[in-house]
Amino acid sequence: MIVEGKVLKFGDKIDTDIIIPARHLKYTDPQYLAQHAMEPLDPEFYKKASQGVILVAGKVFGMGSSREQAAIALKAAGVRAVIAESFARIFFRNAINNGLPVIILPDATKKINQDDYIKVNVETGEIVVNQNVVLKGKGITGMPLEILKSGGILSFLKSAKTTN
Amino acid sequence: MSQTLTEKILSRAAGKAVSPADVTEINVDIAAFHDLTGYHVIEVMEKAGMLKVFDKGKIVIAFDHLAPPPDVRSAEIQDQIRHFVKNLSIPNFHDINVGILHQILLEKYANPGYVIVAADSHTTTSGAVGAFAQGLGASDVAAAVITGKTWVVVPEPFKITLEGKPNKWINGKDVALKILGDFKADYFNGMSIEVFVKEPSAFPMDFRATVSNMGIEMNADALMFIPDSETVNYIKTMRGYEPQLVQPDSGAKYKDEYTIDLSKLEPLVAAPHSVDNVKAVGEVEGLEVDQVYIGSCTNGRLSDFEMAAKIMKGKRVKTRCIAIPASYDLFRKAMEAGYIDTLVQAGCVVTYGTCGPCLGGHFGVAGPGEVMVSTSSRNFKGRMGSPDSKVYLAGPAVAAATAVEGKITDPRRFS
Repeated sequence: MIVEGKVLKFGDKIDTDIIIPARHLKYTDPQYLAQHAMEPLDPEFYKKASQGVILVAGKVFGMGSSREQAAIALKAAGVRAVIAESFARIFFRNAINNGLPVIILPDATKKINQDDYIKVNVETGEIVVNQNVVLKGKGITGMPLEILKSGGILSFLKSAKTTN
Repeated sequence: MSQTLTEKILSRAAGKAVSPADVTEINVDIAAFHDLTGYHVIEVMEKAGMLKVFDKGKIVIAFDHLAPPPDVRSAEIQDQIRHFVKNLSIPNFHDINVGILHQILLEKYANPGYVIVAADSHTTTSGAVGAFAQGLGASDVAAAVITGKTWVVVPEPFKITLEGKPNKWINGKDVALKILGDFKADYFNGMSIEVFVKEPSAFPMDFRATVSNMGIEMNADALMFIPDSETVNYIKTMRGYEPQLVQPDSGAKYKDEYTIDLSKLEPLVAAPHSVDNVKAVGEVEGLEVDQVYIGSCTNGRLSDFEMAAKIMKGKRVKTRCIAIPASYDLFRKAMEAGYIDTLVQAGCVVTYGTCGPCLGGHFGVAGPGEVMVSTSSRNFKGRMGSPDSKVYLAGPAVAAATAVEGKITDPRRFS
């Protein structure tokens, strides 16, 4: 599974109240949520991400709330994957459950720059930066990979149900 | 082999011995959600075509985030969930008149050694009685509600010991902030924290619940107090039975350990916009404040109201002050003890158990440029309303002293 795109870079501790503020949580429609993704930090995020981007961030990306809308909003806004130095546990699971690849790469913010073009192998964690530098992140394997490949937990559950 | 509390609970839940880093399926003892995440959980169940529950008696639902509904959409969400509850005959449903989910789990359901999952990050609160309690997203909770199972990566246990007795105005919040300030918000990623209290009565259940509640702010997978005599007293008083104690084996191995001398703690605050931006109250004293909030699943308990009432007795607040007990049971107890009367006399707006301002929902949302002191769990940018507002987190004593003075104040000025 390979994803590629231009880098949008953020710092440490991008929390769920930044990714999608609580006032938007009464809805689950991906298009609605996408328009409000990262709103407190950058109200133009939706436009910047719409061409398809890869987020690169520092420590504990997605810290805070269990709101699954955080993963839904980013994916619907055009985020193809998130590469971070570490992730909050709940966000990491929510991302996988919604088919959004999440790769751990120590020192990600030092090694990757804003506007770099990167290609990510989700399974091996290999990241090619600007077609020449190769970085090794932590790939997704096992059940999370199966869920991701299905497109998310819903499709995964449905296919599991049909095969039984 | 000697097991930590984490290993003991997860081994039982997995039906086999597990160790840190193992990925394993586990049975859950309770699966729970509230109104704001509940409609999403049900939506996932509907889309999956599996609108069923593994065990009616093990599902707990409470209305708190949108209670009572501040707008039509919130009323619609609650209505959808009431239908779900009725159609599936779920007995443990708590409508708008009971309180905040995490407090209800603590008061009525959580037991030592339980595995609890709920669609809210502050589910860690039930760790106060020694339950392995985790917040999960709506999809993961939907799966747990349907099957009674979830999966975990067994976390590495870390041991914290609390020794000595806290001074007068010190509360669980100061312990949580001390840990956050010393370790920062990402240190406990992939770990569970097991807290041993050397003198159990010196650190009561109210204080423990605040620390466990903020386990998620430390990014810990769980923050559990080792069940002891306080745990037994609490459950016996609240429910009339003695719980079985689950404790780590002597000689259990921890990744590392850390000790806090409670007698040396001073009142702390977390400055904007991060829970680990911790300072002694003296460092920010004098800063003018627009609104104070005392309440939430973090600090809306009886001892919080007791501290606030002691400071506000006979005085008038100089800021807007909103106070919300975490449950109706606590509201009633605070009323009987006279704390509600004292706060109302002091000019506070006091209301029933709802999440309201904590998540910038309703009942006191921050406007642009406003400064808040809050006893809730998070001061993230925009958490309590406008992204241009600033939230300082503190315990109830600092919050009450601040309300009385109109600026951030060290409660130790009040004898």
